[in-house]
Amino acid sequence: MPIHIIDRRLNPGGKSLENRQRFLRRAKSLVQGAVKKTSQERDIKDVLEGGEVTIPLDGMHEPRFRREGGTRDMVLPGNKKFIEGDYLQRSGQGSAKNSGPGEGDSEDAFRFVLSRDEFVDLFLDDLELPDLAKRKIAQTESEGIQRAGYTTSGSPANISVSRTVKLALARRIALKRPRKEEIEELEAAIAACTDEDELEVLLAQLEKLKAKTKRIPFIDPLDIRYRRFETVPKPVAQAVMFCLMDVSGSMSEHMKDLAKRFYMLLYVFLKRRYKHVEIVFIRHTDRAEEVDEQTFFYGPASGGTLVSSALQAMHEIVRERFNPSDWNIYAAQASDGDNSYSDGELTGLLLTDKILPVCQFFAYLEVGESGGSAFDLSDSSLWTLYDRLRNSGAPLSMRKVSERSEIFPVFHDLFQRRETAQEKAAP
Amino acid sequence: MTERLFEGADWDFHTLQRITDACEAVATKDLGLDVYPNQIEVITAEQMLDAYSSVGMPLFYKHWSFGKQFAYHEASYRKGLMGLAYEIVINSSPCISYLMEENTATMQTLVIAHAAFGHNHFFKNNYLFKQWTDADGILDYLDFAKTYVMQCEERYGRVEVERTLDAAHALMSHGIDRYPGKKKLDLRAEEKRAGRRRQHEEEVFNDLWRTVPKGAAKSRSALSIERRRKLLGLPQENLLYFLEKSAPRLAPWQRELLRIVRHIAQYFYPQSQTKVMNEGTATYVHYRIMTKLHEQGRITDGNFLEFLGSHTNVVFQPEFDDPRFSGFNPYALGFAVMQDIERIVTKPEDEDREWFPDIAGKGDVMGVLRDVWANYRDESFIAQFLSPKLMRHFRMFHLHDDPEERAGIRVDAIHDERGFRRVRRELARQHDVGFIDANIEVVDVDLSGDRRLILHHHVIKGSQLNETDAKRVLQHLADLWTYDVALIEVDANDKVMREYVVSPRPIPAAVA
Repeated sequence: MPIHIIDRRLNPGGKSLENRQRFLRRAKSLVQGAVKKTSQERDIKDVLEGGEVTIPLDGMHEPRFRREGGTRDMVLPGNKKFIEGDYLQRSGQGSAKNSGPGEGDSEDAFRFVLSRDEFVDLFLDDLELPDLAKRKIAQTESEGIQRAGYTTSGSPANISVSRTVKLALARRIALKRPRKEEIEELEAAIAACTDEDELEVLLAQLEKLKAKTKRIPFIDPLDIRYRRFETVPKPVAQAVMFCLMDVSGSMSEHMKDLAKRFYMLLYVFLKRRYKHVEIVFIRHTDRAEEVDEQTFFYGPASGGTLVSSALQAMHEIVRERFNPSDWNIYAAQASDGDNSYSDGELTGLLLTDKILPVCQFFAYLEVGESGGSAFDLSDSSLWTLYDRLRNSGAPLSMRKVSERSEIFPVFHDLFQRRETAQEKAAP
Repeated sequence: MTERLFEGADWDFHTLQRITDACEAVATKDLGLDVYPNQIEVITAEQMLDAYSSVGMPLFYKHWSFGKQFAYHEASYRKGLMGLAYEIVINSSPCISYLMEENTATMQTLVIAHAAFGHNHFFKNNYLFKQWTDADGILDYLDFAKTYVMQCEERYGRVEVERTLDAAHALMSHGIDRYPGKKKLDLRAEEKRAGRRRQHEEEVFNDLWRTVPKGAAKSRSALSIERRRKLLGLPQENLLYFLEKSAPRLAPWQRELLRIVRHIAQYFYPQSQTKVMNEGTATYVHYRIMTKLHEQGRITDGNFLEFLGSHTNVVFQPEFDDPRFSGFNPYALGFAVMQDIERIVTKPEDEDREWFPDIAGKGDVMGVLRDVWANYRDESFIAQFLSPKLMRHFRMFHLHDDPEERAGIRVDAIHDERGFRRVRRELARQHDVGFIDANIEVVDVDLSGDRRLILHHHVIKGSQLNETDAKRVLQHLADLWTYDVALIEVDANDKVMREYVVSPRPIPAAVA
């Protein structure tokens, strides 16, 4: 008997991938909730590594007719001391009840592992940059297809029947193609005709009509029209995000950690979601510098605090590289709220005159010590300043954060998709 | 001295070939097995997980529940909670066995003997499989099902298809014909039939027929209840079949989907009835083959000890008070009975002569076993061949748990002279699907009234349906039926115990 031995190991794996995606799509809201809950407890790097989440099984339940209760009989192995007619106490006599592990309680929750991509996707699912693409659009990258009238040539699949028939009808009328009824009428007349001369005339007429019918086709190749398609460039919005972080000596390790977490999240969010978003990292003490992401997140620095230096740096970069008429400009600033007293005025001026007018959105995140009670006593100098600006109508969002667990909600809050935010506000 | 099949733990494809040839020689010559042609496929752990989530089949239609299965298995596998099976074998011709690449050479030998010869012989010869499954056609049919579901999704939308399949899956355990008599499943013809029907529809399609005025409706009151029930084929316990044939507002493609789910349920029906026998047969066969290969000197003492290690794990039966206990291990029970039959046939004692006059001392072990494998299922197998000696060996006892009984759970019988028959009957009953599945059937449809579908659940021993689940399943049923559905639970005296009525959910958009 021939035996086939086949090596399947090299076959493409991931046969279940599609089923998995279907499952995730179906469980989306449940998984999303679980993702957010899990991410609060975790370290930022771990969050982006994906991992195990637990969702309640209820929503994904597959019901079957199951019987339960009633009188039960069972045969078990391992009798040691029972004899016929013994009675066993129900409570504490667990073994009989436990005969089916995996059927009862263990199914209340469902644990499984999400890959990194799945996790981050779900995590960032309902976020977006506000008002993107309101301004001028540059850079075209992709091309889309659009319907654009009719054409006389094309592939058979694109024939427009209605247009073709319409044209054929018009042509037949214009060329006076005899209608079927005319011929029938004539034929009837011939059949009824008795006079020979008249008959001859009628026959000639019929002949003529028939010839004409033959000459003028019902549908001519000339009539055929095809639907025409045109490629159109799809506009892609250009945007730049400025990340301004205070790294001065007054920021404690805890505050820096909060700020970095926030930016890490922002960074991941932008990188994943928007192909065309540039990110500029600026950190400042009493002077500001533009740095690369590595230095921004991991480089040490310390010194005094001059917030205006960062705004000044941002302003210069905007002037040099990002013409506000071509770019959507966003900025996110994180600070402990301390600023030199003398710098307050300059900061306010820079913001109102230079920065805010070109910005689509400016987010300010104030980080505080764990416990955060100090916040409530008095607002920091920066907060007071920004609050005043906001009240005068500047596009400024402000949040305070003092615990790790608050980062995610605040982040969500800041970048929540606007329609959904409005919907939520409506009822 | 004969050549060794392999040295150490490593193997390559030539080794597998040699192993299979050696196993085949023992299987066909010494054991007289009759098997489908074998196809052996080596797969990775990930592919094994894939196979798990599609009920072990190499191809299957797409559905989210399989994704859920996969996620679940993957999570427990990664955490180390669950080891993967060494093999999966498919009841098809050729008989496909999947071997994990991680297995050592000894394990591969064990697995080939177990699956490619043990299970294979059982699939080919057991009457239930012969009666209910079509090994030649199954792979083609699954391929057809997969394509068909995909086409439906393209035409009617994934949401619609998913809704229908969800409902069908919920009723899957009640989509089975339990009694033979209908003609055997011919899956190839089935596939052709669906294709032909579609083609015919396309050929004769004429939109004009829709506009032809219909004649006046016939009076239905003339139909007597008897006649109506007869027309609808009632009572009917195969709910999926009934819906496929009689649900008033299902689209043809929905009926076909129900049919696919029903056929697949039917295909797996014999497996659920022969777990103990199937595993017992395979285990017995691998044990015989491995022992023989060792006797022949084709595997070393070391390899044989490795085999015995895994074999012992497989046939381990924890006792009821052991934390590892989770019911009878079908491998352990099946293998024990097979070995016991061997003992009875070759070295019977007086007790065996009394209990098994037909086979005691008959001498032809394989002849008896082959006959057993061909003609029994778990329930009848245990009822016939569980010997007093084995009941003593397992120290079996029977518990009777009546909730009404205040004193507690009664020990009804133990492994003694008075209890043997009762213990054996109860254990057989535990393996009877007729007792395990709820007995639900369609009894009537109110055709002249509101078209309500009426189902009965015949309650056995006071065990009613789980309420939450029952409501959910009935909801699915009502959605397919598109009118109200009532389920009445009645006990043996026709006393109504509980009644459910479920209305269909509105369909969001009209379905073509």
